[in-house]
Amino acid sequence: MTFIPHAPKERDAMLKTIGVKSLEDLFKDIPEKHRFPNLHLPKALTEMEAAAELGELALGNENIRTDLVCFLGAGAYNHYIPAAVDHILRRSEFSTAYTPYQPEISQGTLQATFEYQSLIAALTGMEVSNASHYDGATAVAEAVNMAFAQFRGKRTKVVLSPAVNPQYRAVVRTYTQDMGLSIEGDDPSAKLAPDPQTLIPLINDNTALVILQYPDFFGRIYDFTALVEAAHSQGALVCIAANPIALGLLKTPGEMGADIVAGEGQPLGIPLSYGGPYLGFFATRKKYIHKMAGRLVGETVDNRSQRAYVLTLTAREQHIKRERATSNICSNQGLMALAAAIYLALLGPQGLRQVAELCYHKAHYAAEKIAEVPGYSPGFATPFFHEFTIHCPKPVAEINAHLLEHGFLGGYDLGQDYPGLKDQMLLAVTEMNTKEEIDALVDVLAEVAHD
Amino acid sequence: MNIPANLKYTKTDEWFDPSTGKAGLTDYAQSQLSDIVFVEIVVAVGDAVKSGKPIASVESVKAAAESYAPVTAKVAAINEGLADNPEILNSDPYGKGWMIEIEGADVSGLMDAGAYTKYCEERSH
Amino acid sequence: MTENLAVSIVEPTIYDLSSPGRTGVTFPAPDVPKAELPQGLLRSDLPLPELGEVDVVRHYTNLSTFNYNVDNGLYPLGSCTMKYNPKINEDTARLPGFAFAHPLQPVETVQGNLVLMYQLQEWLKEISGFAAVTLQPAAGAHGELTGVLIMHAYHNSRGDIKRKKMLIPDSAHGTNPASSSMSGLEVVQIPSDGRGNLDLAALKAACDETVVGLMLTNPNTLGLFDEHLEEAIQIVHTCGGLVYGDGANLNALLGIIRPGDMGFDLMHFNLHKTFSTPHGGGGPGSGPVGVSEKLADFLPSPIIGIVEEGQDDRLPLYGFLSPAKSIGRIKSFNGHFGMFVRAYTYIAMHGAEGLREIAEYAVLNANYIKARLNGKYAIPYDRTCMHEFVVEGQWAAAPGVRALDIAKRLMDYEFHPPTNYFPLIVHEALMIEPTETENKATLDAFADALIKIAEEAKTQPELLKEAPHKTPFGRMDEVKAARDLVLCCWLPEVNE
Ligand SMILES: Cc1ncc(COP(=O)(O)O)c(C=O)c1O
Repeated sequence: MTFIPHAPKERDAMLKTIGVKSLEDLFKDIPEKHRFPNLHLPKALTEMEAAAELGELALGNENIRTDLVCFLGAGAYNHYIPAAVDHILRRSEFSTAYTPYQPEISQGTLQATFEYQSLIAALTGMEVSNASHYDGATAVAEAVNMAFAQFRGKRTKVVLSPAVNPQYRAVVRTYTQDMGLSIEGDDPSAKLAPDPQTLIPLINDNTALVILQYPDFFGRIYDFTALVEAAHSQGALVCIAANPIALGLLKTPGEMGADIVAGEGQPLGIPLSYGGPYLGFFATRKKYIHKMAGRLVGETVDNRSQRAYVLTLTAREQHIKRERATSNICSNQGLMALAAAIYLALLGPQGLRQVAELCYHKAHYAAEKIAEVPGYSPGFATPFFHEFTIHCPKPVAEINAHLLEHGFLGGYDLGQDYPGLKDQMLLAVTEMNTKEEIDALVDVLAEVAHD
Repeated sequence: MNIPANLKYTKTDEWFDPSTGKAGLTDYAQSQLSDIVFVEIVVAVGDAVKSGKPIASVESVKAAAESYAPVTAKVAAINEGLADNPEILNSDPYGKGWMIEIEGADVSGLMDAGAYTKYCEERSH
Repeated sequence: MTENLAVSIVEPTIYDLSSPGRTGVTFPAPDVPKAELPQGLLRSDLPLPELGEVDVVRHYTNLSTFNYNVDNGLYPLGSCTMKYNPKINEDTARLPGFAFAHPLQPVETVQGNLVLMYQLQEWLKEISGFAAVTLQPAAGAHGELTGVLIMHAYHNSRGDIKRKKMLIPDSAHGTNPASSSMSGLEVVQIPSDGRGNLDLAALKAACDETVVGLMLTNPNTLGLFDEHLEEAIQIVHTCGGLVYGDGANLNALLGIIRPGDMGFDLMHFNLHKTFSTPHGGGGPGSGPVGVSEKLADFLPSPIIGIVEEGQDDRLPLYGFLSPAKSIGRIKSFNGHFGMFVRAYTYIAMHGAEGLREIAEYAVLNANYIKARLNGKYAIPYDRTCMHEFVVEGQWAAAPGVRALDIAKRLMDYEFHPPTNYFPLIVHEALMIEPTETENKATLDAFADALIKIAEEAKTQPELLKEAPHKTPFGRMDEVKAARDLVLCCWLPEVNE
């Protein structure tokens, strides 16, 4: 089945207007040797058959709504998404529009993006937000690009906390591999700093950026104010990768003095969808916006004196500044930013605080109950938000296999990334987990310990 | 178009005033760029600049450009006020819109006003 | 002038609509004992707007009516491939097995997802003629960065470390040079010749042992298939460079020719252009990268493969593989999976013949509009175009009129304008890509509008200069936006 609406008669009339006899005649510039290859693809399906085939593939997964109880986080979280979010996203006025380069007929996208920027600024405690990045990991990598541009390449060191999500750290390394930067602090085999202050000696006058996470990958929360001050005293910038749900409850990175707040916006109304599309959010201080990557919407008026919005400061971006732009980003996560905006608008301060507190209380209940089970003990004594680590009596893989048999999606195996944290598991608890589920999890954990 | 007779000019549209040592963007350049919204001087006082090397980065509502040193010399001063008021580059390119001041320069490679006027006219077609 | 009786249609912002005490969602009370909150680490206020569900739904519904979109009509943005996005894609992407799978689930519990991703990799390989594919990159530009890092890593791995230059045609999209400089490379611009091909002499002169490679969009951004493509690729290969294909224009080539067969070493796909995933008002996209055999080891990690062969009645187990010399991870998790489901659905419905028809009709439609505009608009490189073509939006007989004015006037005829001012090598460029999903009646109406505007430009230029007239909003004060920089409807107290 195709989506080509031409009747044969119309096609022939068009060919005649063009002055060629057949469709093939349009492809004379194509080297004959390779023209019209035989593609080995399955026979075309009708919509009805495609729906069935995709339905079949989807059933080849165990999903966390009906098949598994999820205690897995590690950068992607199971939260409730109010029905209105997807109903609005499905409007083709939003979903099938292009980047709003023509503001007269794109005010829907532009105003929604402007509001998204406002909501992200409010949530992070910063002055400006851009219109989005691909995901949390790339948003953090773009923070490095921005800092590098801010110092015009003269500062060449990045201090990267080992407690930042390992995937973010990997992406930062991939992005910067040819930039002539050195990355320090990010040694997962080193003893994990019990306190982020231990990064301070690494920061010097060659440091462009310090990267922290809040809550960190282990769920721990720290007040980074002193660390940020220490970085600023060396002239370095600080990026804090934050969880947006935690910001419904916790002191903002803006209050701690951060220069950039980036992170994964998936928890804000975006389905897990096996890893994407998600949302990279990126907020900073106004004085840095000329070096910030990504699109930016600003308020203005049209020639009828109506308040309106446009893409602004576009000369920073690749389509104008080309090789001198801070980043190459073009398409971003427009529709995902809209999802986050709708989510935040629906929840408002009450709803978001409620979700954050539910996550907090339930995670603390779970942590406490698990610590009571012989063989298990908390990994850290530090305050945490909705994720925490536990020492396990057996390899994490073995425990997870057992949990899976009982219908639980267990925690993240920290030994994969941190050799020093062998047999430690990272568990996430959200508003979606009921007390019964937590109690049942604790029972199964107790059972595995004894096997 | 305003092309003062007492100044010297480059092919990349910078002016240089041999009597004061000041340099900046020409009127032609600012009008081509249109409304300038950002300027960043990328050299500092004391730097040795080489003719043809970037001294500033300029962004307007629709375009981005670099400004180059008109001559090889040492930077004696930079116009600190520009960053907060980039629109001065549009309104007063030869006055308050100067970018850097340099010391001890050889102007032999530069165009005079007549040659520059011709050069601008050629490009307008 | 008539009295303006229309009520202002400006929609208040979400903050304007806020009223203290409202909320759009409530959550169950905690069913566990409350833990003590971390005093000293709590935020003092949370300045989000307060609205009920109906307020939120009305607000966004009102805003949506201000948007032009593909379901409204033709969206002829050159280089963007704004084709119709089949509705079934939206349903399949939301099937619970797909939408509610955690990216770190054990592979045994997500075989459906992994099979889908594996199949998509295989299909993209078959369609493009490449040996291996990564699905990780999030968009075209992200694919480019991946590709440039792979090219650089390939040379470095052979001890060939002098290569620091990327050759890029003057007609290239801005992401090409930006991706190159993000990888620390110097960009060398290669001019086009009089027929819109790459200037071979200039290419030859630029090729030496310091060249990483050439980034080439083909068909190029003029909509032309390079007549000396194989020679150009040969020249780059001879100096030891690699050739990267910007696959933005793959829609013209489906089933027509495979970039891998022509000698491209690697290329990104845009699932959001060629394979019908919606553009979302700016994203998300998806930019898988295909590479030849010799580059397969450098792909980002991980890619999807068979980790345990099947046997008799046991299916193979699909999982993650790490290429031996991988450049590393370019994105978290598994790429834009939701886009993979849509692209898979789309390719499955087309098969080999259907894909070829896409290209054929995309090219037919472009050439048809071009034929209709011939004589009314200057067409700088007038030969058979592929899926798009570029005209000049200016006439000697209409001195004050610019491409921008034509673009704005088209809105009065209820069409989205073409891409303008790109590529940079055509004066007052209007770049038109109708795509295959538009019927003849729509194309005719669009051509008629452009022809009418060409007349208006000469007889009533002010109609163009002041356009649009019939849209809810008029032209914007872009200078005010950039100078005043109001980027937020609400500004936090700043803690310096
Ligand atoms: C030729 C070309 N290359 C690259 C890109 C960038 O792709 P993306 O927006 O998916 O990053 C575009 C997008 O318009 C394009 O037209």
